[in-house]
Amino acid sequence: MSLDPSPLDLAAPGFGNPTGPIVRFENVGLRYGAGREVLSDITFKLHPGRFYFLTGPSGAGKTTLLKLLYLAQSPSRGAISMFGEDASVLSRERRTELRRRIGVVFQNFRLVPHLTVFDNVALPLRLAGTAEEELVGPVTDMIEWVGLSRATNQRPSTLSGGEQQRVAIARAVITRPDLLVADEPTGNVDPQMALRLLHLFTAMNKMGTTVVLATHDSTLMHRQGDAAVMRLEKGRLDDPTGVLRNPPDRKGMR
Amino acid sequence: MIMTRRERAWIAVKRGAGALRDRWFPEPASAPLLSQKAVAGPVPWVIAIMTALTVVAAAGGLALGSIARTAEADLAGGVTVQIAGPAQAETRKQASAAVDALRNLPGVTDVRRLPDAEREALLRPWLGDAAMEDGEPGEDSLLVLPELIELRLAADAQDTGIESIREALAEPAPDATVSADMEWLAPLEGAISALQWLAVALVALLVTATAASVLLASRSALAANHDTIEIMHLLGAHDRQVAQMFQKAAGLSAAAGGAAGFAVAQATIIALGRRFADLGPGNTAAGLHWYDWIALALIPIAGVALAAFTARITVLATLRRMP
Repeated sequence: MSLDPSPLDLAAPGFGNPTGPIVRFENVGLRYGAGREVLSDITFKLHPGRFYFLTGPSGAGKTTLLKLLYLAQSPSRGAISMFGEDASVLSRERRTELRRRIGVVFQNFRLVPHLTVFDNVALPLRLAGTAEEELVGPVTDMIEWVGLSRATNQRPSTLSGGEQQRVAIARAVITRPDLLVADEPTGNVDPQMALRLLHLFTAMNKMGTTVVLATHDSTLMHRQGDAAVMRLEKGRLDDPTGVLRNPPDRKGMR
Repeated sequence: MIMTRRERAWIAVKRGAGALRDRWFPEPASAPLLSQKAVAGPVPWVIAIMTALTVVAAAGGLALGSIARTAEADLAGGVTVQIAGPAQAETRKQASAAVDALRNLPGVTDVRRLPDAEREALLRPWLGDAAMEDGEPGEDSLLVLPELIELRLAADAQDTGIESIREALAEPAPDATVSADMEWLAPLEGAISALQWLAVALVALLVTATAASVLLASRSALAANHDTIEIMHLLGAHDRQVAQMFQKAAGLSAAAGGAAGFAVAQATIIALGRRFADLGPGNTAAGLHWYDWIALALIPIAGVALAAFTARITVLATLRRMP
């Protein structure tokens, strides 16, 4: 299926458009088996270096949309383009290469239980073939940045929920991905740590990473005033000219 | 979620114990991406037990074959001529003539007439000392001692030798009966052959059971690692990367199990070999040769290969279901 040249452009008025979109969804729908569609007619573009919030009530399809974004799911219909490539025709090898450009913070962290904090954070670098001597410095710095230096050699089961979440975030950003997708990344941390993590995402964003952050936290969205907001309602993306635009509409975030 | 005080205390205890474990037994700086124990599950135990059983059964089959071959080598080409004449003098006369005839017969490599003492020794257990001493076999004795002649045939004469011996003795020793030593071995050979087939069937059954057990154990262990496989996949691991990791972990665990099973089997075979040393050639345990041990060593190696292969195809199949 060819891509429509003018789907919902979340970097359009007021956001500038430095280069072409790195993600493009056109009329994307997703259903599991013969059930009803959990996502319908999703059309948008994400531009490089932008910051996006994805919000909406529980069960609206945020996690499912994020799964499509980090290539863990294929749509039932419509077209998805990632980094300029049609996702529906990607070979498995190429799909893996694209995945390495995406950092993911999973909602339930998904840390590897038998690995220490250090090894969990180092995992994406090791999978990408980074030499051991080259990864020690960055991994140690990242663990220090998320405030878990004392827990470097501990396993996830010995950490609190908030600490595990910080390990998951460190793991997602360690490769400095082009696209960072985070599912409720501040859900288990105190407001102070949430702010600190937002600063980390902002710093990543300033270095050029496109950030998509699914959250219910309106305070967080207000703090990142120049971000675009996507709102999902019952599997459909709201009109971008209203709720989805910066500054975030309080009504749309409720 | 509201937790009870008991649940909170339990979580605190678990975290404390985990922290102490990590402090006292820290993971190495570059821990393997996969936990050997988690990937292997019961595979090493399954491989160890099945390897031990299969190796012992296979060793039994090989040892029986070795014993049969040794007995055959000893008896092949051997022929016994027995002359039981009506009177001792006639018997002796026919024996002497038979020896002369046999020495000139083509294909006969060795002829030995058993002396009186040796024949008496053969009969003594059956007739008793009194019979042997009171009526000393001889010209006047009522007891006529049969004459025995042992001879060996050349390898190329073994098929036709018996008939030519009978023809050659027909005139000089009409009371002679000729029998090939191999004829005595025939019933034993049949029994050994039946036992060998039993061992082959047992090994085949055990190999099948081992393969099925390894397959099921590997699949169940890998199913437990489904999350790890998916995380690696989503973090950008190539299918072959994940498959290689699991294959290596499963192979190493299986190798440990296979080595343990083989060691147990080896000890059992050696212990049994000592008990049955008299039946075998005596130079190796249970009559096994070095090449038999190599064949036996292939059993755990095949188990390891099977476990690694199963891990690979299972992981690849799991990954193929992920987009």
